[in-house]
Amino acid sequence: MRPLRDILVIDDEEVITQAVVRVCGAEGLTVDVADSATAATARLEHWTYRLIICDVMMADVDGFQFLADVARRRIRTPVIMSTGMSTVENAVKALSAGAIDFIPKPFTADELLTAVTRGLRYAAVQDMALAASVTEPPALLAWVPCPAKYYRLGFASWVLLEGTGTVLIGVTDLFLKTIEQVQGITLGVVGEEVVQGSSCGTIASADGLEHGVLCPVSGRIVQVNRGVAAAPAVMERDPYFEGWLYQVLPSELEYDLQHLSSCSSDRM
Amino acid sequence: MFQKLGFKLTVAVGVIALVTISVFAWFNSRSVDRSLLAEVERHANQLSETVKSSTEYDMLLNQRERIHETIKRMGNQSSIQRIRIMNKAGAVIYSSDTTEIGKLVDKKAESCYMCHSVGQPLQRLEMKDRTRVFRVLPDAPRTLGIINPIYNTRSCSQAACHAHPRSQVILGVLDVTLPLAVVDEDIRRGQVEVIIFAIVAILALSLIIGLLVTRWVAMPVRALVAATRHVAGGDLNYVIPETRDDELGMLARSFNNMTHKLSEARLQLFQSDKLASLGRLAAGVAHEINNPLTGVLTYSSFLLKRTKDQPEVQEDLKVIVRETIRCREIVKSLLDFARQSVPKKNPADINEIIGHAALVVENQLALNHVRLVKELGADVPALTVDANQMQQVFINLFVNATDAIGPDAGGGTITVTTSRLTLSPVGITQIKKAQCPKRHSLMNSEVRIDGKPSIRIKVQSNGNEGFIYRDPIYGKTRHQFGIAPEVTKVTKVTCPECATSLLVDGAVCPDCGSPVFAFEVPPKGMVEGCTSRDCTWQRWPDVDQSGARDFVEMRIRDTGGGIAPEELPRIFEPFYTTKGQKGTGLGLAVIWGIIDNHDGTIVVESALGEGTTFVIRIPVSA
Repeated sequence: MRPLRDILVIDDEEVITQAVVRVCGAEGLTVDVADSATAATARLEHWTYRLIICDVMMADVDGFQFLADVARRRIRTPVIMSTGMSTVENAVKALSAGAIDFIPKPFTADELLTAVTRGLRYAAVQDMALAASVTEPPALLAWVPCPAKYYRLGFASWVLLEGTGTVLIGVTDLFLKTIEQVQGITLGVVGEEVVQGSSCGTIASADGLEHGVLCPVSGRIVQVNRGVAAAPAVMERDPYFEGWLYQVLPSELEYDLQHLSSCSSDRM
Repeated sequence: MFQKLGFKLTVAVGVIALVTISVFAWFNSRSVDRSLLAEVERHANQLSETVKSSTEYDMLLNQRERIHETIKRMGNQSSIQRIRIMNKAGAVIYSSDTTEIGKLVDKKAESCYMCHSVGQPLQRLEMKDRTRVFRVLPDAPRTLGIINPIYNTRSCSQAACHAHPRSQVILGVLDVTLPLAVVDEDIRRGQVEVIIFAIVAILALSLIIGLLVTRWVAMPVRALVAATRHVAGGDLNYVIPETRDDELGMLARSFNNMTHKLSEARLQLFQSDKLASLGRLAAGVAHEINNPLTGVLTYSSFLLKRTKDQPEVQEDLKVIVRETIRCREIVKSLLDFARQSVPKKNPADINEIIGHAALVVENQLALNHVRLVKELGADVPALTVDANQMQQVFINLFVNATDAIGPDAGGGTITVTTSRLTLSPVGITQIKKAQCPKRHSLMNSEVRIDGKPSIRIKVQSNGNEGFIYRDPIYGKTRHQFGIAPEVTKVTKVTCPECATSLLVDGAVCPDCGSPVFAFEVPPKGMVEGCTSRDCTWQRWPDVDQSGARDFVEMRIRDTGGGIAPEELPRIFEPFYTTKGQKGTGLGLAVIWGIIDNHDGTIVVESALGEGTTFVIRIPVSA
């Protein structure tokens, strides 16, 4: 077993890597730095990391190639992507390519910490699941996967096609597990435009962090789940049915679906 | 010159006319020649018969002296050259030329060989065989001769005097010759006339064809060629007058249509090209700025977290964090602008947004000794806007105003006012597109009224003709007149391009009774107006019926140097800058895009030396 470290940050801008070292280091996390994907790959030979933060645009090997490389080498470390080209297209592309999260640059210390905290919990939940599958029979499911007919953006949010032209959207159980204690939720209003890959609401957690909910589709909000707004616990109890967030009239569903994964494939 | 179509056509027509007229003239002259000769022939024959019958009786009585006298007298007439009678042996017995009498005529002579050319002399001859045309000398005028055989009759053979033997068939020959000089002269004159006619006809025909070809073909073709040169030179607004309905007129129309389409395509291309470069620029800026900005934002927000116990540092750090986040939003909105995305609109207090913007530029204003006066209306309703974008609008305008005042002016004032405004669309709606029934644009960019292209129509009144440039703001009447039409005297209102009448049949102005004209403002129906100079009546049902709307008006007035009139129309164009290296030329373009995205309008009022006022109006959503 390779020695375990917390975070590997990959970026060709020193100011970024140093900022991550400074912010995460202050939280007691061990952070290593690589200034290129090649250097990161070399580091992964010797160390095991709980979380990787990777820039998209780098000189030799770019973030997406690195992501594919990580998947090919069966490294289970979750990857958070980040870029200065903070377009929603890049965010959606990163999530559908297997990154667990996307932080647009420039970010604040809190935004970074929120993402890192969720990323580390994600890793922990994955470990729990792995452990559960080893012990027979599984004592307890680490998290409830989304139902078969649903689609998801990354692991964070889901969408259900209602068959009437509108869709329901919500957050996954796994996402809620990475937040841990939900304290409150701030939602948009009816009539507001939402864009796939950009934030359509925030969930506050007990540790004082604000977690943005990345919208899985683009469109206009036609209904907000007042029940969830009033009592966020509904969402934790039943994330896929009672705990929906918005009913949305999608504007480019065909296009959006290309970046979504079908939940039915998760169960095979 | 010789390669020109007109010249070739003219020459071709000339040659064809030459050939046709020459052939015609030749046949005509031949036929005239023949009929004249036939006439002379008949006349000669008659004469010959007259001579024969008037001498017959004398011959029977053998009155030789009388016959001599008759022939001599007749032969003396000017139209007759000679009359003579020869006996069968060829001796001249009588002749108007007395010297000839008694001489023998050779059978080979021109008056004899008709009958004597074949061995046995012919006894009966057709009239045409009895006549001959000959010249006495090669250069003498022509002469026509006719012989008339004198046949033996019973009275001749039974006469007492000198009975001819009965067996003799022909007793002699009467030979009459007439000069053809006069006839020849007539023929020659006729030929000359025909030649003169032919030359004149060919010249006239060529000239007319040449003129028509020039007018119908060469001129329009020249106009087309000139137009292609203009277009090749890049002037896609060049229009060929479409005054004709023939093929060249069609060509001109389709040419104009083509350049129109081309210019639209070029404009679109130009615009998308500009937007594409803007997008590339934005992407580059985003990437380059966002990295250092991450450093600033992460460290300052981190510091903010760690210094919660130091309130004096907290306030300053909050400003750094807040403004860095604004930088992030600006970069993002630059990307969004390039991608034409929708703003994130929420109900917001515009006065508050102005307050935030003022705080940001406070230091910069103080440095330049610029005072910011806020006259914010208390009753201004909330607007559904993207607060970040609107703040950016105000910051940009404040910075622009500060630059306009300049560091050397020793200070100045920026006044920002907000007010609620209920506007009827009358008096504020700008007509941006106007066309005649044949869909020619009436918009004229050369004559601008308040900086906006005017609507040009052609008017005829009292025999005068001229243009009227109509105010493009519906409800305003700052028209410019190139003619002074009097009430009810206007006879024609037409499209300057195709001369189609714009007058509304039978309609008169309800205010003054003058004729009413109308043009189309697609897709918003027809606008009607009064032709009288002194009348302000206008009607636009689409706008008149749309009712009043609530607006919030924001005015940002500075005491700077103002903007030159020629620069005014261009200031909202991307990459247009008057600040040289200091500006990117994007500020006002971005502002324009933001206001446009909010269904608002932004206009600028300025004159050199009198400062500049930007007026923004955003509709209050229902």
